[in-house]
Amino acid sequence: MKKEGKEQIWKDYQKEIPDNDFFYVRSCIRQNLFPASEVIFLKILREELGRNVFETPHHTTCGGIGYHSDIVPMETMMTIIARQFSLMTEAGFENYACSCITSFGLYSEVLETWHHFPKVLEKVRKDLKEATGREFKLPKTLSHASDVIYKVRHEIAEKAKYKLINKHTGKPLKVVEHIGCHYSKMFPNKGVGGAEYPYVLTGMVEAWGGEIIDYPERRHCCGFGFRQYLVQANRGYSLANTHKKFESMEPFEPDMIITNCPGCPFFLDRWQYVIAETEGKTYGGKNQGIPVFTYEEVAGMVLGYDPWDLGLQVHQIAVEPLLDKVGIPYNSETKYLGLDGKNLGKPELPKNICSC
Amino acid sequence: MKKLYDRLADDIRFQEGMNACINCGTCTAICPAAEFYDYDPRRVVDLVQSKNEEEIEKLLRDDTIWFCGECMSCVTRCPRKNAPGLIIMAMRSLSQDLGYFTDSEKGRQQLALKRSIGKMILETGYCLYRRWVTPEAHPEGGPIWKWSFENVDDLYERLGCNLDGEGTGVLRKIPQQDLDELKRIFEVTGGMDRYEKIETYSAQKADEMGISIDDYITKSFLGV
Ligand code: SF4
Ligand code: SF4
Repeated sequence: MKKEGKEQIWKDYQKEIPDNDFFYVRSCIRQNLFPASEVIFLKILREELGRNVFETPHHTTCGGIGYHSDIVPMETMMTIIARQFSLMTEAGFENYACSCITSFGLYSEVLETWHHFPKVLEKVRKDLKEATGREFKLPKTLSHASDVIYKVRHEIAEKAKYKLINKHTGKPLKVVEHIGCHYSKMFPNKGVGGAEYPYVLTGMVEAWGGEIIDYPERRHCCGFGFRQYLVQANRGYSLANTHKKFESMEPFEPDMIITNCPGCPFFLDRWQYVIAETEGKTYGGKNQGIPVFTYEEVAGMVLGYDPWDLGLQVHQIAVEPLLDKVGIPYNSETKYLGLDGKNLGKPELPKNICSC
Repeated sequence: MKKLYDRLADDIRFQEGMNACINCGTCTAICPAAEFYDYDPRRVVDLVQSKNEEEIEKLLRDDTIWFCGECMSCVTRCPRKNAPGLIIMAMRSLSQDLGYFTDSEKGRQQLALKRSIGKMILETGYCLYRRWVTPEAHPEGGPIWKWSFENVDDLYERLGCNLDGEGTGVLRKIPQQDLDELKRIFEVTGGMDRYEKIETYSAQKADEMGISIDDYITKSFLGV
């Protein structure tokens, strides 16, 4: 394709990401699985970059995991979302930023539905009023929290202490990015770069010195599949999909994986452990996995935060080989300590794959 | 009774997702569920668009509609702007409304989901609550999951969270007034009705199968 053609397509998939004044809504999954990531997001935005990010104690789950497990009806999910918008309206904000891809997909779906079916919006307004007495305005902009980091990626690069470069070879780290299905597969124009050229994570990695790997199963689902992971009997589905991705990326020898969704990094991290323990197979060399990160963790790493403040100790796949490659210092002695050096014991070591 | 097809057509997801299917199979080619299960979204969309009531009822009572992972990869790729994933969601809703879901092994898993995810949503305001996600139910979480489960208070405090605390912050306790509003939303919009239907139809099925409701859950959750 000619360069101008590419540029035209690229323009179609740009989205408006505001520069400041966000109403921030947390992710149930991210808070539970990667508890430090949202702490780091707020620290970077507020303390490093001086942005105004508001959060309220009153928002709840968007109901997304229940909706996609089909136990929560669409009307209920839409009204929960309407309530979150009402909290935003009450606080005087109009830039909505959420920390979860499942939520982001739902907000996109709901806004689109309300746009096409104004009667549905009317009904939701009535239901919310009846249930809670609340009213709401629609947000002016909708961002995923990674869109916000994408927007400020060059500012982060300016303040960065480390680059995503292998200090031994001087070459950029080879990075796999996984943006999560619900970021832009349903509504390509809601995500940076759309479904075909998603650029939200690639933009960060390039700005911070790394290089993206384009491998055959790059866009394949991580395998969450909602009920396919949540119900123990179905979990083979999740494992099989992750396995497919790892087999596909292995020949490219990735140094690390960066993820968008709060759930994907858990599956990509933990299924590597399961594959190693059940099959003896590892993807990062002998007894080594490929470390998997949230985008907040990667931002925190390049900014030079202590890896254990970033929560990297809750990963099953060891992050130390990657920290060594970049030259990020860490103290192995403090990895598993609590506040003020409290001894929390140590996790058991897996048989076939390194966890520290 | 209103025809099944017409009931599906009342669902806006069905209206959005069901245009004219040309049976090209692109959705099946991209579908992660089709690789893992004996599942073919092309066939589902084609059967539904045939408006054959008997076939639609069969689907609503069958495992097939529960194989989809709702990843929506098919939505990006369908050349006719169909959304097999959304059609499946409309079918799952109808199957639960009518109680047909208990006829299939995969459909019966809805009770386990309602009693885990459904409970967490209403009782904590989160769709996942760390203290209830045990290492026993998640062996794939590995030793780190077990260690962080056992040290959750200390570890999450060290990471700057506000687990079960007042005010804002990671995993704060969601105030009762907000949980009350959430519950009211469920009551007004059919969420509670869905929960009750899942319970009632599942209890009937457990009776029919001659097993206790606990065994019914264990069987469907563990697949044994
Ligand atoms: S991709 Fe679309 S048109 Fe082709 S079989 Fe699937 S639903 Fe039908
Ligand atoms: S939404 Fe369902 S049918 Fe569509 S690709 Fe994903 S798993 Fe397959």
